[in-house]
Amino acid sequence: MQTRHQVQPAPENSLERPLAPRRSLWQQFWTIFKQNRMAVIGMVFFLLFFAAAVVGLLLTSGNKPVLNPSLIRLQEKLRPPLSKPNLESLQPDEVPAFGVYLLGTDELGRDVFARMLQGAWVSLTVGFVAVGISVVIGIFLGGIAGYFGQNHVRLDHVIVAGMLLAGAVLLAIKPIWGSVLFCLGGILTLWLFFGRSRTGQGHQSVPGMGLLNFKTLTIDTLIMRLVDIMLCFPTFFLILTVVALLPASIYNIMIVIGLTSWMGTTRFVRAEFLALREQDFVAAVRALGVGNLRIIFRHMMPNAVAPVLVSATLGIASAILTEAGLSFLGFGVPPPNATWGNILSDGQNFIFDAPWLTFIPGITILVVVLAFNLFGEGLRDALNPRLRER
Amino acid sequence: MISFIGRSVIQKIVTLFFVSVVSFLIIHLAPGEPSQVDPMNPKFTPEMVERFRQQFHLDKPLYGQYLLFYKDLFTGKTVSWKDNQSVLKKIWDRFLNSLPLFVVGTLLTWTLSFPVGIRAAIRRGSLFDQGSTFVAYFLISIPGFFFAYLLIILVVMHFQVPVIGMQTFGMGDSSPVHMIMDRIWHLLLPSILGATGGIAVLSRYVRSQMLEVGGQDYIRTARAKGLPPDEVNYHHALRNALLPFVTMFGLILPGLIGGSVIIESIFSWPGMGRMAYEAILARDYPVILTVNFISAVLVLIGTFISDLLYMVVDPRIRL
Repeated sequence: MQTRHQVQPAPENSLERPLAPRRSLWQQFWTIFKQNRMAVIGMVFFLLFFAAAVVGLLLTSGNKPVLNPSLIRLQEKLRPPLSKPNLESLQPDEVPAFGVYLLGTDELGRDVFARMLQGAWVSLTVGFVAVGISVVIGIFLGGIAGYFGQNHVRLDHVIVAGMLLAGAVLLAIKPIWGSVLFCLGGILTLWLFFGRSRTGQGHQSVPGMGLLNFKTLTIDTLIMRLVDIMLCFPTFFLILTVVALLPASIYNIMIVIGLTSWMGTTRFVRAEFLALREQDFVAAVRALGVGNLRIIFRHMMPNAVAPVLVSATLGIASAILTEAGLSFLGFGVPPPNATWGNILSDGQNFIFDAPWLTFIPGITILVVVLAFNLFGEGLRDALNPRLRER
Repeated sequence: MISFIGRSVIQKIVTLFFVSVVSFLIIHLAPGEPSQVDPMNPKFTPEMVERFRQQFHLDKPLYGQYLLFYKDLFTGKTVSWKDNQSVLKKIWDRFLNSLPLFVVGTLLTWTLSFPVGIRAAIRRGSLFDQGSTFVAYFLISIPGFFFAYLLIILVVMHFQVPVIGMQTFGMGDSSPVHMIMDRIWHLLLPSILGATGGIAVLSRYVRSQMLEVGGQDYIRTARAKGLPPDEVNYHHALRNALLPFVTMFGLILPGLIGGSVIIESIFSWPGMGRMAYEAILARDYPVILTVNFISAVLVLIGTFISDLLYMVVDPRIRL
């Protein structure tokens, strides 16, 4: 829309042209953001971390990686940072890149620099996938609660959902015929209840079916009670339990962290949507006959996304910390993959003999998490509309 | 008021029911069974496994297990699968160990974060404000176990005091003063570590509350009529800024049971968090479920208390 106006030839009358220099949203954002020095420093580290993670993935994977994080050289164990390799005792392909152990070696003689680079990518994916899961769930549930929240869940919805759920559960456990029966029943009732009477007044036409219109709860109540239930669990303990019971894998950790941290986002999005749907521009769009989905995603979501972005940035920081804590307790990403958490927890046994094994990953985690936190807080200030025009 | 209490009690009981169902399902849908924990043990014959399954109702269908478990829990008969001790007694013993940590940690949090936050807000933009902001972010961002190692090395190297465990082993016949000092030294580091996150978050929150109140009209009025700054800050602003914190008294309740798994592991502190961790390792389902249940109860009671306090303190709120 915006661009189409600008393409038109400028009118003769100079008063119709914009008087003040028009600044895009990004320019406004940047003028405020760059005043916060700590946030800018945070952003620089944030970008460096990205670059390191991508470079690390490229250098440490493949058949003949430049930096091999899992190459064991027992004769070269616990060498301090910047020490030269002992060339007589090494095979030609065991010599580290650049001819120096940049960050030393660990108790098996593996190159810590290579392991840190590999760990950067793991930390990055854990943080982003976990937060991605929680943001998707949060936006979905929060959006439904905020936009459709006043609608009631009717008894027929409950029946259909119950049937389909029972079918899915039975499918997951064992008996195939039971699950097929329930799924078919669910689809049949779905068609019976909703297929024929899309435009009608529900089930009024058939006598006795009016009971199916019985209103139980509002959707808002349902979702918010779900949030309350999830908030009752002690988060770290729950993550620990699930990760300990499931087979060790990096994907389980991401999914579990994601599934236990969506409640805050849901509340934000719901609050934003409740406020936005009463605004005039939403009423105007609805009066134009625009569909619900387009209203939600084209008109309301861009206005609600700022707090989500901020909480996602802070969420990545806390996901990285959680992963490190899990690794420390021995439930983290399983061994062939190096993560900062398990380099640190392996290194603690040598804290007096080889302090770099503790300090390098510890300080790296600290710096990256600090950068994410500062960047997130800076975003919060810069995206706050109350500060924008100052 | 009465109707609010009634409604919220019913709501919380329903929530609690769902929490109990969900936690039960999470534990029992996970692959593997507690009867297979130790398959290499020659004493673990199939008959033993069968007896074990019968003794703990593992041969019943899932809903039967659920009902039996919570019946046992409410009559106080739940026993740990590992050592056949009563779970409630086990938790109580460990709770008494964790209590000093919790009390000292909470006291540190609440006594340190208020002065820091208030001062930072009054001198907004000063060196103190910027410094405390940075330190707060630093404390939020540092991994707890890394910080613990730094502190342990510092204290052990420079003060020559033992810090691991609850007390020094073999102190049987030393003087009482020595004993008490020993206990305090052992208590100090874990409680400081437990409090760091809280201090950082709470002091930031105090600061933002003070700034928020400081922008109100009545503060400007108070300044305009010539009151001394201290009077304005501590009499007019602070009182109103304190309002949300009254409700936070309710929210510290869940901290009673969680403890910190990581900190208690590092310091070999025989508290709740460590017991829960050991229970997870041993697949001791009754202990895991009971800890989970009690902590859910505490969360619900905590939010209830904070709602009530809010109503008492803030006359504008009528729920």
